[in-house]
Amino acid sequence: MSEQKTMLLVENVTMQFGGVVAVNNLSMEVREGEIVAIIGPNGAGKTTAFNVITGVYAPTNGRVSFDGRCVVENYPRGKMKKNYLGENAGLYTQVKEPTPDRLTALGMARTFQNIRLWKSMTVFDNILVAKHLKRSSNLFSAAFRMNREEEAQQRREVLALLEIVGLADVKDELATSLPYGKQRRLEIARALATKPKLLLLDEPAAGMNPQETQELTQFIGQIRKDFDVTIVLIEHHMDLVMDISDRIYVLDFGRLIAQGTPEEIQKNEKVIDAYLGVVDDAEN
Amino acid sequence: MIETKNKKGAWIAFVCVFLFLALIFALDQLIKPTDKLGMLLIVLQKGSVYALAAVSMNLLNGYTGLFSLGHAGFMLLGAYTYAIFTIPDKSRDAVYQYFDAAIRFSIPEQLSNHMGGFGTALGVFIALVLAGLVAALMAWLIGLPVLRLKSDYLAIATLGFAEIIRAVFQWSKLGPVTNGSNLLKNFARASKFKLEIAGTKLSLSTFVPVLIATVCIILIVLIVNSTYGRAFKAIRDDEIAAEAMGINLAKHKMISFVTSSFFAGVAGATLAMVLSIAQANNFKSAMTYEILLMVVLGGIGSITGSVIGSLLFVAASEWWLRGLDSGKFLGIEAPNIFRNGFRLVVFSVIIMVVVLFFRKGIMGEKELPDLFRKKKKEAPAKEGQA
Repeated sequence: MSEQKTMLLVENVTMQFGGVVAVNNLSMEVREGEIVAIIGPNGAGKTTAFNVITGVYAPTNGRVSFDGRCVVENYPRGKMKKNYLGENAGLYTQVKEPTPDRLTALGMARTFQNIRLWKSMTVFDNILVAKHLKRSSNLFSAAFRMNREEEAQQRREVLALLEIVGLADVKDELATSLPYGKQRRLEIARALATKPKLLLLDEPAAGMNPQETQELTQFIGQIRKDFDVTIVLIEHHMDLVMDISDRIYVLDFGRLIAQGTPEEIQKNEKVIDAYLGVVDDAEN
Repeated sequence: MIETKNKKGAWIAFVCVFLFLALIFALDQLIKPTDKLGMLLIVLQKGSVYALAAVSMNLLNGYTGLFSLGHAGFMLLGAYTYAIFTIPDKSRDAVYQYFDAAIRFSIPEQLSNHMGGFGTALGVFIALVLAGLVAALMAWLIGLPVLRLKSDYLAIATLGFAEIIRAVFQWSKLGPVTNGSNLLKNFARASKFKLEIAGTKLSLSTFVPVLIATVCIILIVLIVNSTYGRAFKAIRDDEIAAEAMGINLAKHKMISFVTSSFFAGVAGATLAMVLSIAQANNFKSAMTYEILLMVVLGGIGSITGSVIGSLLFVAASEWWLRGLDSGKFLGIEAPNIFRNGFRLVVFSVIIMVVVLFFRKGIMGEKELPDLFRKKKKEAPAKEGQA
């Protein structure tokens, strides 16, 4: 486990919006095959960190490397040069701001906190579209159906994927007509259709009951085995996090306050103070 | 199973299209423009042109979700390109009476010198494609800055572009090319298209515009049903998810915009062919609104709907409601009420009623093959109940 290669390396990432530092000097490492969770109270900057990693936002400062190559890098420049509130300003000199689709093409796929399925499409088409980036055809060869083999191949792959995730029986239904738990499952399947090396799940269990959460936990474990992916997830359901994570990063007010195995995190006093303690109070 | 379903749908559509074209060809021979039913031919000619324009707008506005209002501008580019490159040499000086024509090159004429009648047809075809390409090139140029904008902002920017194009084409400094604000005429026009087989002359004046529109619409349908069409729909449904799933937004929006404009250019060229004149003043933003109305009436996101919408729109405004302007309608003579302009009042009321009762347009998001399929699905259900 210990000597596996690094899949994702986040170095000194700071994301500043105006005068608000949403993520402050975050560094983390995810090794191949791991399941890593990012937890923290509301507004801790978890989703912002996700958006930086997947290219939605360009960070104010810092670098993200994926599968051994630097994919995102930035440093405070222009107006931000004067107003920068973070640390390590002089460390980086390159500007790399890829759009999310570039990173997906490299093998990074994500799901969203609020489900973002394509509403007017069937379950089958939702997954088929995610395979669009693997196409070799241009507009003309696609319009004149010159790549029938590719189309048929992708349709077979989609069917196989639907079988694995257990959605084959609803493949012709509209994506939005599915029950909530299945929509979540479909969104994960759609991300898997891009054949990612790294899968980022943004609160996959949000709004689920304990039964559904239990199923999801099993599902995520199954995905790791079947699809050979590394998984990073943001989650509030502590049962799920403690159950499946190999390691956990804890954010509070944009800063990394702790990292370690689930056991270490459960004992960490900083974490209990900042997060779990508050939850306990609220429950009592 | 999915593929057999698609194949069936494709066959139904294919048979319908073939029968439709055969019918048009027959009508072209049976009805003379001077007949009482001659109006039908004009409706079919203009209707098919507007159908093409509406479908190409639907590709952009309905399928990709980019709300663009620059259609008249691209049609103008197409119409002028087509007209300029098909005016015969002899007529150049008569057409450009106030200017010294800069372009003296008629593609159909040049080709017919070498290949005869077939050359003329080929030349018209090349001029049509050229018209599309010019519109597509312009779309690419203005798409670079404009496609970064969203919804209303994009609409305003493209609307502005269309108006600028119209103004530029009327500019007298460009007279040697565009003939300033004067109209272009005498170019290859639909009313002159004939096929001569063994001495008998067959009229093609309705068949050719309808054929052009049909072929182009089929091409658009093929694009919409391809992997690119699905990617466009993904962008419409959820741009953020589309980008996260590896669809390059800038590239795909540009492809959709350029393709849509290409067909708008061809539609403009065909319109010039049908009307026998090309004048920048005809391509006002009102034309874009008319086309948008056809798309909305037919159903945003349905190609069949756009076609039906535009045929009905043209038939109503050019033919059925004509009487409202000229004193006699449905046998009622009321010259005091049925005066010039009353037609538009009635027309607006009809449109309001249609929009109120068909919220999603006539077809919603359904297509032609869906209608056949739906009936089949419903039939066994009814049997089951009985």
